[in-house]
Amino acid sequence: MSTVTLTVNGKPVTAEVEDRTLLVQLLRDHLGLTGTHVGCDTSQCGACIVHIDGRAVKSCTTLVGQANGANVTTIEGISKGDELHPMQAAFRDNHGLQCGYCTPGMIMSAIDIVNRHGGELDEETVRQELEGNICRCTGYHNIVKSVLDAASRMKVAQAAE
Amino acid sequence: MYSTTYHRPSTVEEAVALFAKGSDAKYLAGGHTLLPVMKQRLTAPSDVIDIARIPALIGIEASADTLTIKAATTYVDIVNSADVKRTIPAIAHLTSVVGDPAVRARGTIGGSVATNDPSADYPAAVLALNATIKTNKRSIAAEDFFKGLFATALDENEIITAISFPIPAKAGYSKMRNPASRFALTGVFVVQTKSGEIRVAATGASQNGVMRVPAIEAALKANWSASALDGVKISDEGLMADIHGSSDYRANLIKVMAQRAVTAAG
Ligand SMILES: Cc1cc2nc3c(=O)[nH]c(=O)nc-3n(C[C@H](O)[C@H](O)[C@H](O)COP(=O)(O)OP(=O)(O)OC[C@H]3O[C@@H](n4cnc5c(N)ncnc54)[C@H](O)[C@@H]3O)c2cc1C
Ligand code: FES
Ligand code: FES
Repeated sequence: MSTVTLTVNGKPVTAEVEDRTLLVQLLRDHLGLTGTHVGCDTSQCGACIVHIDGRAVKSCTTLVGQANGANVTTIEGISKGDELHPMQAAFRDNHGLQCGYCTPGMIMSAIDIVNRHGGELDEETVRQELEGNICRCTGYHNIVKSVLDAASRMKVAQAAE
Repeated sequence: MYSTTYHRPSTVEEAVALFAKGSDAKYLAGGHTLLPVMKQRLTAPSDVIDIARIPALIGIEASADTLTIKAATTYVDIVNSADVKRTIPAIAHLTSVVGDPAVRARGTIGGSVATNDPSADYPAAVLALNATIKTNKRSIAAEDFFKGLFATALDENEIITAISFPIPAKAGYSKMRNPASRFALTGVFVVQTKSGEIRVAATGASQNGVMRVPAIEAALKANWSASALDGVKISDEGLMADIHGSSDYRANLIKVMAQRAVTAAG
């Protein structure tokens, strides 16, 4: 057992956990943040993606020890109160989800993609960058549309700041 | 995953000392090979020693002749490095097609080279560029490092500290990705050194892991161009055959990927 201290969605968290605990288990089982999903548990699907110190990573392939001291953001931490993050709003408006299982990981990846590429995104780049996120429902078209829509919304929001 | 004890040392010496104390310790870098294997209970280290934050193992340096990438440098930092793009752009390209963005956020060059997966990308670059693998104990030439499937010259407790690549005149990499795993169904790295030597290595093809391809080297030595390989026939002896492709298919891929790599190298 070890004591880990990290920041999750802006709040300090301390937990006493077994060293073999995965970050996704800490989030879901210990902190009750069940928005982060486990799709494959074999590092392939991206449903478990969260941000660690600003990078999109697979929380099913991260030991809590590796995240000790880090700043973690999950799907629960991106809206401002009732106001959806522009990426969430774009997924809703463009019908970017069906069952929704892949969506938290898609959105966390997509925010990272827009952060890295700025507003300079085209369809091909989005498709390539989303290759670590698997969706069984949508056929991806509306997900790609959502990300491109959000990229322009985020650019506008940034320009306004 | 079986029970284990996690450690995060801040120096290589501390990591080696912790390794000696564990009954069956393993180093952990990006964790994108080790953790999936631990989750499948195919390995059960008593101690996991996280070397990914050791400052001496992170960073990229370029001189006139050599590009040195320290072992725990992540793929994303290699892709974004101005030094890598300037000195050996083929390494930046190779790194940009490893796995997916989340894998590249965590995976490290040292972890990949230490694993020596027969379908991994970096071994092809290391062997074709005739790189030197530096460890906490010694320097190992690429030719002496890779020892077949998942096997290397490393001692159990040895840590790769950096990989030094001689900067070539030209280099290119091309891979046919397995669309599901994104590993190389076959990938080929071609090099023309500053002294005019031609070195070509293929990954994802041989049953023994990464290998040189003499037939392609000879053809490119005579004429450095993609069309020089049109008439080359690669034997499928010793090549992998699985549900993704026959050995014959892979033999042809070696040629086609080499042609694309030469075109990319210019
Ligand atoms: C979904 C997915 C897709 C992938 N696609 C590709 C791909 O397309 N191409 C490809 O090449 N790879 C691919 N990989 C593998 C990936 O590149 C791994 O990151 C890499 O193989 C291991 O690096 P790591 O830093 O994650 O090592 P770890 O998993 O932390 O360690 C792997 C092994 O290396 C040892 N080790 C690590 N660092 C050192 C060191 N400095 N010295 C000595 N031993 C060390 C560890 O003890 C362990 O045994 C993929 C992985 C995943 C999960
Ligand atoms: S649950 Fe983590 S990648 Fe699928
Ligand atoms: S919406 Fe169902 S898996 Fe993507």
